[in-house]
Amino acid sequence: MSALTLGPLLFHWPAAQRRDFYARIADEAPVDCVYLGEVVCSKRLAWYEKDLPEIAARLRRAGKQVVFSTPALITETREVKAVAALAALCAAESLIEINDLAAVPLLGGQKFVSGPLINVFNEATRDVLVRLGAVRVNAPIELSKSALATLAAGNPTGETEIFAFGRQPLAISQRCYHARAHDLHKDECLFVCEHDADGLMAAELDGRPLLAINGTQTLSHGYFVLLDEIDELRAAGVSHFRLSPQALDMVAVATLYRAALDHAVGTEEVLARLQEGIAPISVINGYLHGRPGMAWQPRRP
Amino acid sequence: MKRYLELVCPAGTPMALRVAVDAGADSVYCGFRDCTNARNYPGLNFDPDELRAGVAYAHARGCRVFVAVNTFPRAGDLGPWQRAIDAAADAAADAVILADLGTLDYAGRHYPRLRRHLSVQAAAASPLAIRFYAETFGVSRVVLPRVLAVAEVAALIGKTGVEAEVFAFGSLGTMVEGRCYLSSYMTGRSPSCDGVCAPAEQVSYREEGNQLASYLGDVLMNRVDASEGAAYPTPCKGRFLVRGEPRYLFEEPTALNVMPLLAELKAAGVTALKIEGRQRSRAYVGAVVAAFRRSLDALAAGEPLPMETALRGVAEGGRETFGAYQKGWR
Repeated sequence: MSALTLGPLLFHWPAAQRRDFYARIADEAPVDCVYLGEVVCSKRLAWYEKDLPEIAARLRRAGKQVVFSTPALITETREVKAVAALAALCAAESLIEINDLAAVPLLGGQKFVSGPLINVFNEATRDVLVRLGAVRVNAPIELSKSALATLAAGNPTGETEIFAFGRQPLAISQRCYHARAHDLHKDECLFVCEHDADGLMAAELDGRPLLAINGTQTLSHGYFVLLDEIDELRAAGVSHFRLSPQALDMVAVATLYRAALDHAVGTEEVLARLQEGIAPISVINGYLHGRPGMAWQPRRP
Repeated sequence: MKRYLELVCPAGTPMALRVAVDAGADSVYCGFRDCTNARNYPGLNFDPDELRAGVAYAHARGCRVFVAVNTFPRAGDLGPWQRAIDAAADAAADAVILADLGTLDYAGRHYPRLRRHLSVQAAAASPLAIRFYAETFGVSRVVLPRVLAVAEVAALIGKTGVEAEVFAFGSLGTMVEGRCYLSSYMTGRSPSCDGVCAPAEQVSYREEGNQLASYLGDVLMNRVDASEGAAYPTPCKGRFLVRGEPRYLFEEPTALNVMPLLAELKAAGVTALKIEGRQRSRAYVGAVVAAFRRSLDALAAGEPLPMETALRGVAEGGRETFGAYQKGWR
């Protein structure tokens, strides 16, 4: 049985919108596991940290596994302290997802999920992480279908997770491009990223959309969609499929993916319905097929 | 004379290695002619025989050789990386520069006495991350990411006890290294796994009236007046429309030059300075290495820094920056 997961919300949504989002996910979304927490900018956490215990409790009552995600970059003292505190808090009942190897020494030997921002490009690296305590390993988005299959096939933990839907995180920086786009400095950013619930578009000079900016993170503009490749990857050992929250009806997205995983609805129809919800933004899946990530490889007839 | 800071210089080719050694490099770094290193460009790099000869040339002149095996093998294809480590050890290289956990593990198990340096591709930017690599893999030096201010560099060195090598001159990416997929997003080839950012075969320039447009793959990266000349279309140096305005969203094309900060870096506890540019010409290598040699020798002798104007001509975009070393960059 394949698990459907909801990745951490990468964008900076107002606290109330975030609470409402997760309430609906708890009540209605057919996902097995929800990742909570701030991955992109630790400054944002202060706005909604107090809500996380209640959100987590509600998700658990709904039967969902809760995993706490940690920052893509752990450099500042407040980030170190936050991860250490989270590790102490989670020791008993929750897993932590790491997105920077600096988190490993803070876990005090507890088991963890290796997140998609950890460079696990190959089986030797996967095995190192498993030795260090990883119980589930996410693959980086850049890997092709065949490399993903190889990575999943020999995974001794039996849990390999891959990115299945959403804007793909392409880069992380110490510099905040959202602030820069508003001629602001990161230290006095006015949280301008809050105005772009799905990221800020960066287009080519002739207007074609290219990237989405989310604070210090840069994402694809198109939505990555993995559908036709599900069965092959599941057969190879991929156990978890991750949906990344976007400013869309994510309950509908999760329901469609659940139907695709269960073979209740054909992938062609699922794709058509997803595209309806996403339009006019394009869908992409190039990395799976060894092509530029921004490309779309249609199903072979 | 007492060494002020170790000068680590790029050797993209066997000829560049000799130029760098002769110009006063304390150490040079190079890679094999394949995807196992982060400068996998046509016409560059070494085969195992060339490396052996290069090591002999350098060692005879008191210069050390580091071999970069600093990309990330894709699943199912570990062989080239393991062979690269084998060949570096066989050539009596002084260190290997690594980023991938599996590759670090392999090197440590098979060649425990071969020094392991942590590549900037691993982007270890905190005491915790550096200690993780030091304790797990016995890394003895870390090449620090180009995202830290001098005060942060100092704090970090104080807390780790691992030698620190910092970038001193050359091109400046703004993304955390080893974790940037912009190039593969546009071209299918990445610095992480293919060792190439913005591969030349996918770069094109087109004249459009009196303007010059630069493309990476089929992505329009910039359009400038033809008289200006277009910079190389690296994704993080492109100009994009954001909020309706054309902007250098990530970074303007500039080169890092820390010459005026040398004393501060020394005081911060830095061990070595790294000159970027294995893909650059021998003339570039000769000019930059010689200029830094003169400055370091002057500082070691307690003399004032010589005025260096030679570097401006070889700086990317003809402009220089202190990058993140200077507060306000973020």
